[in-house]
Amino acid sequence: MSFISLLWVLLLGSLLGLELIGKVPPTLHTPLMSGANAISGITMLAALTLIVKAEGNVPLLIIGSVSLGFALFNVVGGFFVTDRMLAMFSRKPSNKK
Amino acid sequence: MNLPVIIKFVIDLLAVLLLALGIKGLSKVKSARDANRLAAFAMSLSVVGLLSYYLGTSGIAIQSWIWIIIGSILGSLFGAILAKKVPMTSMPETVALFNGCGGMSSLLVALGVAIFPISGGQENFDFFKSLINEVSISVSIFVGAITFTGSIVAMAKLQGWLSTPGWTQSKVRHFVNIVFAVASLIAFFDLINGNTSSIWLLVIVSSLLGIGVTLPIGGADMPVVISLLNSYSGIAAAAAGFVVDSQLLIVAGAMVGAAGLILTQVMCKGMNRSLVSVLFGGSLSAQSTATSGSGEYTNITSCSVEECALTLEAANKVIIVPGYGLAVAQAQHTLREVTKKLEQNGIEVVYAIHPVAGRMPGHMNVLLAEADVPYEQLKEMDVVNPDFPATDVVLVLGANDVVNPQAKNDSSSPLYGMPVLDVQEARTVFVIKRGMSAGYSGIKNDLFDLPNTSMVFGDAKKVLNDLIGELKDLGVGEK
Repeated sequence: MSFISLLWVLLLGSLLGLELIGKVPPTLHTPLMSGANAISGITMLAALTLIVKAEGNVPLLIIGSVSLGFALFNVVGGFFVTDRMLAMFSRKPSNKK
Repeated sequence: MNLPVIIKFVIDLLAVLLLALGIKGLSKVKSARDANRLAAFAMSLSVVGLLSYYLGTSGIAIQSWIWIIIGSILGSLFGAILAKKVPMTSMPETVALFNGCGGMSSLLVALGVAIFPISGGQENFDFFKSLINEVSISVSIFVGAITFTGSIVAMAKLQGWLSTPGWTQSKVRHFVNIVFAVASLIAFFDLINGNTSSIWLLVIVSSLLGIGVTLPIGGADMPVVISLLNSYSGIAAAAAGFVVDSQLLIVAGAMVGAAGLILTQVMCKGMNRSLVSVLFGGSLSAQSTATSGSGEYTNITSCSVEECALTLEAANKVIIVPGYGLAVAQAQHTLREVTKKLEQNGIEVVYAIHPVAGRMPGHMNVLLAEADVPYEQLKEMDVVNPDFPATDVVLVLGANDVVNPQAKNDSSSPLYGMPVLDVQEARTVFVIKRGMSAGYSGIKNDLFDLPNTSMVFGDAKKVLNDLIGELKDLGVGEK
């Protein structure tokens, strides 16, 4: 990928983000923040790339692995905790007699 | 283009689409839970896409597999355990912790690439390409480190592990932070000039900058900071995307970065604070002590739980204003008991939710939902404000600044202009509160002096429990 097209990707991604979030009710801000936070753990892909390309370089493998651990902590924890919060919103109709 | 490249391209495209749909879906109550799962699925899909690409091209060494498995199992395990165990009231600090770790991950990737340049070698070396590489590595380290240390400090402060040191409220902190910022800039240019060892300087000073910027900020503003740091972790991910040449990373990081900024803006608006004053103004109470010195209470009426119960029994319409104090006392379930009794007696009960009730927008909704409060009873400020004049009783529980009439009436007040709930319009207002201490802002609340306001002193949970007893004695809620 050329640098210029990566910049385009950055620009369009940012615009998409602004547009997607613009209309969220305050109720959902905390779950949304936590969900978006989980998505920012996408750096796990960069960590994976690092490990795959390390070619037996042990320090690099360790750095990659620690990085992957941090990212997945972010991703898995983030999605679980968001799900826990959202479960409370969706639980009520069934509870109401 | 060979097959693995095409497959990865399709999977990446699909993942971006699903992530965008996920964020979109998170904006509606009905679809939010599925949307969150969709986003989680998209993330797993992207991992499958990446791994299958490497399997189809260069292959993945056994050694790499081992380290992949170690890292993923440990990270996922701790993440899942924490997510299951943490109480709902500590949601802001949990998000901060997760967020900090995301930033740390980006930092480590950039650091790894900087110290051990990846031998991939598809592209020919050229000056422009390597410049971009160095810039994106520096940005990734800089933003990643600030995100990490900033989030950890934010978490520690919210948990009460760290207090605000005195010196951070003086002008000294600006000087200190400027030194850190300038030092990071020097390290940054040194790095681009090819001096690789200055990368450590960059790591250290940007970490210190993250601490120096977050430490002076007061507890009330912390959610804004967490939201901003959330945005930073997106930017760090996007920068890491430039480092490893991944469009998917750039798109996802940019989306999160932009989303975090919008959310930060919304929070600032709800608290009547500008982002600049949050970041550089220090703690709000420190600023306002000078202006609110004249604030002595002159006309406080205190009343017993029994009187409160009697008034509630006679009411037709009751509005509850919950605040963070309610959550701290873990009283939301007890509150629900009280309102159930009132409802059984035919009294209309509504919860008025200020945009920044709790500690983050929407935090209070989550806490009340946890206590089984029907979603329809939660009314947003703009919807509920016209209802106050027709309301018999307002119960203010652990909320303070968001019901301060100063924000409307007193142009000299630091709160002036902040959107508030017009509780004073109601016939009777009960404020359940431990003592006369001020709210987050440290500002006197004129509401407490009004003739139609009565204070019920005590811990929210205890008062509510007593209230249940009193209501029982009055025969409320029993058929």
